[in-house]
Amino acid sequence: MEKEAILIKLTEVFKDVFDLDDVVITPYTVADDIEDWDSLEHINLISAVESTFKMKFKMKEVSTMKNVGEMMDIIAERTKL
Amino acid sequence: MDILTYPFDNSYILKNKRSIKKQLLSSDNGRIKKKIAVLGGSTTNEIVNILELFLLNYGIEPEFYQSEYAQYWEDAVFGNSELDSFSPDIVYIHTTNRNITGFSSNMSATESEIDDILNAQYHHFEQVWTAIKNKFDCPVIQNNFEMPFYRLLGNKDSTDYRGKTNFINRLNTMFCKYASENENFYINDINYISALYGLEKWSDTSAWYMYKYALATQAIPELSFNVANIIKSIYGKNKKMLVLDLDNTLWGGVIGDSGQQGIEIGHETGIAEGYHEFQQYIKDHKQLGVLLSVNSKNDHENAIEGLNHPDTVLTPDDFISIKANWNTKDHNIEDISDEISILPDSFVFVDDNPAERNIVSAQIKGIAVPEMNSVENYIRTLDRNAYFELTSYTTDDIKRNEMYKANIERIRNEKAFTNYSEYLLSLEMTAMIDKFDEVSLSRIVQLTNKSNQFNLTTRRYTMNEMEEVFKDDSYIKIYGRLCDKFGDNGIVSVVIGKIKDDCLHIDLWLMSCRVLKREMEYAMLDSLVEICKKNGLSKIYGYYYKTAKNAMVKNLFSDFGFDKTNEDENENASFVLEINNHKSKNNSIKIYNNGGY
Repeated sequence: MEKEAILIKLTEVFKDVFDLDDVVITPYTVADDIEDWDSLEHINLISAVESTFKMKFKMKEVSTMKNVGEMMDIIAERTKL
Repeated sequence: MDILTYPFDNSYILKNKRSIKKQLLSSDNGRIKKKIAVLGGSTTNEIVNILELFLLNYGIEPEFYQSEYAQYWEDAVFGNSELDSFSPDIVYIHTTNRNITGFSSNMSATESEIDDILNAQYHHFEQVWTAIKNKFDCPVIQNNFEMPFYRLLGNKDSTDYRGKTNFINRLNTMFCKYASENENFYINDINYISALYGLEKWSDTSAWYMYKYALATQAIPELSFNVANIIKSIYGKNKKMLVLDLDNTLWGGVIGDSGQQGIEIGHETGIAEGYHEFQQYIKDHKQLGVLLSVNSKNDHENAIEGLNHPDTVLTPDDFISIKANWNTKDHNIEDISDEISILPDSFVFVDDNPAERNIVSAQIKGIAVPEMNSVENYIRTLDRNAYFELTSYTTDDIKRNEMYKANIERIRNEKAFTNYSEYLLSLEMTAMIDKFDEVSLSRIVQLTNKSNQFNLTTRRYTMNEMEEVFKDDSYIKIYGRLCDKFGDNGIVSVVIGKIKDDCLHIDLWLMSCRVLKREMEYAMLDSLVEICKKNGLSKIYGYYYKTAKNAMVKNLFSDFGFDKTNEDENENASFVLEINNHKSKNNSIKIYNNGGY
């Protein structure tokens, strides 16, 4: 999948999970940028991203992912045809 | 809320829980407030979040206490001032096979050593229940154990006393025994629901390693729904009655058209087999005290005939009320509700037809209307929704049907439906009404030869005869196709008339009963009149020939505004309409054509 398409889809997931209609995310967005993005909500976010993109993160990736950009990289790689 | 009834979309619920909660809180369904303590042996946060949604949907507004991580035993046995002052109405203990701490694989252990471990493990839990009983004396919901996700001993894991599967099965049996001997104690059967969901998916090891969730996050709605069902049952929010359609719901086919021998029920075909098992499933509900009634668009005698089919499981005696008539279904439901004095919000309406389901769920507040899409899914759809979740059982339950039946004869109360025309408009119906065309002929012949009820002359045509009519310009012949917002109903009506001088004589007028009470017959009439005008005709003659099945259209022409000119002793009648006197009757359907006339 193209990065741009991923970002658009990912924004929808963030909107739903954090219930923020006007949320804007970039590859540089980190947990501190979104008020409700704590460790509990991180689990739901990961789960929602996985079901939206029909892929799974490896455990190691979940614990080392630093920002939205890294998340996008993994999605892009895993949804490559 | 539809998104919270089976089959639901787990990831949608998880993703949108905030907005779903807002929606639920914004509707006032007369909620009761309950304090629920969730004592976990693993992470419970999301389980609680989703449980809240399902409870709100059932009209229960929960306030939660959650134990600190995995503190279920300490909280219950040693107490905790926060929990004490919370004073729960209900305690849910969320433990899983991750909390089986006594067991470890030891192939040199003797049978009696394993027995000791088993008893110690059981008492660890019984201590929890006893402590809660002594302190709070409230209902307790306790998970049993799901199967382990690996089997060290392979298939022998379940038969060998040293196997963990064997250990868990025995422990589960001990939990069952406690539940059967203690009131106010309910097992949340995660052994069953994890199997339903798929143990492989349920046992998401990364969710455990990383977040200490003892099940996959995607499986949480299954778990929470199951707990919510037990809680709503404890608080008397179960449904009480199944209101059942007949044609294509309790048997395959349309009895009014194909007669008793034409419907599918029994063991002759796969479809018949499906309806047979479904009828048995419905009948078994009587023993649980669930009331049964019929709500069907049929002549009453046809309905009874179907329920007396040689292979039927359900018979007329099984129902406390049988509404087989041509009223709207919501109207019938109000009638049933009046007869037995139970509010319709505790009914479950079971019907294969999405249009009927739509009107009923729009008109009757709080009624459950599961999506019945195909007979092989009927049992599953009803069962998973746990409308009648059983938390207590008395011998009165078994007699309930009879009780209500005795009361019922008194009240026969007709209520007018006030906004049926609004409903019709909401269906957004369009009809294609046009001259016969080549591609439609075979469907026209088929419909002509199987329609019995809405059929004025019941005249049958072979394909050849229909082709003759098709080619002969002295006939006006039209068919109608009806679409609504649920989809295309296909060709549902056919009218053929023979021109003599300046008059049209109706040879055939029929319509499929699938579209009764939709004003489709009016749409056909209005179109026919238009065509007659174009052809310079001044009168239409209509004929009604009585058969065993077409009583429902006896007065159709009178209703259309025709005058009766003649009627014989067999109730066969002829009618006439002065075309200039006709006022258009259809208000609900948008009509178009392809310019055939």
